[in-house]
Amino acid sequence: MPLTLEQVRHIAILARLRLTPEEETRYREQLSAILDHAARLSQIDTASIPPTATVLPLHAPLRLDVPRPSPPQTQMLANAPSAEDGMFRVPPVLP
Amino acid sequence: MTDLTALSLLDAATALQKGQISSVDLTKACLDRITALEPQLHAFLAITSDLALSQAEAADERFGAWRRGSMAEPPLACGVPIAVKDVLALQGAPATCGSKILEGFHPPYTATSVQRLIDSGAVILGKTNTDEFAMGSSTENSAYGVTHNPWDLSRVPGGSSGGSAAAVATHMAFAALGTDTGGSVRQPASFCGVTGLKTSYGRVSRYGLIAYGSSLDTVGALARSAADLVPIFTTIAGHDPLDSTCMPEPVPDVALDALEGAAPLQGLRIGVPREYFIEGMQPAVEAAVRQAVRVLESLGASSLEISLPHTDLALPVYYIIAPAEASANLARYDGVRYGPRLGGGDELWEQYLETRGSLFGPEVKRRIMLGTYALSAGYYDAYYGQAQKVRTLIKADFDAAFRELDLIACPVAPTTAFKIGQHGDDPLSMYLEDVFTLPANLAGVPGIAFPVGFDSEGLPIGMQLNAPHMGEAALLRAAHAYQGITRWHQERPPQ
Repeated sequence: MPLTLEQVRHIAILARLRLTPEEETRYREQLSAILDHAARLSQIDTASIPPTATVLPLHAPLRLDVPRPSPPQTQMLANAPSAEDGMFRVPPVLP
Repeated sequence: MTDLTALSLLDAATALQKGQISSVDLTKACLDRITALEPQLHAFLAITSDLALSQAEAADERFGAWRRGSMAEPPLACGVPIAVKDVLALQGAPATCGSKILEGFHPPYTATSVQRLIDSGAVILGKTNTDEFAMGSSTENSAYGVTHNPWDLSRVPGGSSGGSAAAVATHMAFAALGTDTGGSVRQPASFCGVTGLKTSYGRVSRYGLIAYGSSLDTVGALARSAADLVPIFTTIAGHDPLDSTCMPEPVPDVALDALEGAAPLQGLRIGVPREYFIEGMQPAVEAAVRQAVRVLESLGASSLEISLPHTDLALPVYYIIAPAEASANLARYDGVRYGPRLGGGDELWEQYLETRGSLFGPEVKRRIMLGTYALSAGYYDAYYGQAQKVRTLIKADFDAAFRELDLIACPVAPTTAFKIGQHGDDPLSMYLEDVFTLPANLAGVPGIAFPVGFDSEGLPIGMQLNAPHMGEAALLRAAHAYQGITRWHQERPPQ
């Protein structure tokens, strides 16, 4: 079932992406084609199959909680497009 | 003076150790070659000449100190120039992931895999081109322009580690690090006629690898032969407390010396899955791969046809799971902590939309959208949940096969390198290039790609071997035995 333009716009908002009208139309077609291909998965009976989230036999590994030096604040802020007083600067979020 | 870049990595390492050449000369030879070939190939996004030359001087001093008896013998990789895919962090160099959203980003630390090479004395030449955030099979998705295939400049080098493959194929570097989430080491290795190792999930630390699909991402390497890959693999592999998915298993002794004699692969059982020989694949690829299996048999291995019945579901499973993980991983690019920020207004929300909408490329946005949808309320179970369950079936195919077999042999890709622009704006046709490489990532098993012939247009053909989880040593041994009695890996592109 093809996606609607409304769905494409909703996904773009969820994903925090501004799309042009041309992109909306193109992604509607392309994503619908890919999802159509993926629809084959729904035909597989997986009622008794557990999901695989990781291939590793992992349990949460523990390490000693030993303090160690972190990179200096100036270094961590060096890549920021805007920084002030040792903080990342962004527009106000609260009115 | 002879061309130092013509040496194999192991021969260069031996010459360094014997003091016959210096790392500075070796590094200069690689940098000269990069300068000469980059205008045609565009394999690199950054060339770290100053860093490389200072590392080379340090390597030469290390050899000097060893000869004077004041230092332990340097590791094999010491003084050897290598390249690093631009999705791995290297402090002091930019890391763009082939994306405009990380333009100007200088990571404040170095990836464990890269750091281990540096600690062993290796010389880092630069950062190689990649599809944006490693999403692609051609490097055409790099925001900084495509890399050209050295065998035919009108063709792609494969992807996403296409810059690494082109650099190794043209002897700009003795080896290169790549990453493989759905085939991104193996497929470019195949397209460029080099040997590429995709490691087991959990074998090499991913600390400092900028994440794409976290349940699939692996760090691997490309070189001109399996033997040359061994010192790189054994250097980067092994537990790292900074990556909780990096397994504590000891790094194996690959021991290629044990492969002397007439039947070095005696007793090795190889399965050839019938699902990997599909309608529409290039006949020359099938012929070369089947011939290569016969060569492995001549070395003592036995082969039989097997079935991996869920193979055709790997593509839809991958293109749900990888985008879902990508949509979460790429949420961090918000124009606040790194990268450029767009949208002049005073609204944070507007800046997010504008920064991400304008600076991510078309394929990355496509996968973020796809993954966001697959994870969204009402669709999670139908897409992501179902894909994870079918993934279990794909992994079970490999588990069952490896109860009876040591290795699986198959093609790397259905065709040789395709033309730049061939897949145009048709993402699904591009995704089909990955059908033979995706299953290993979903199952977490290692794979090696190496050249086994050429098609009528002179383009390299690759074969893939897969082994059980943590079975890299068996892959390297089998490929090395093959390369001991064939010469495909020694062919060089026209440049």
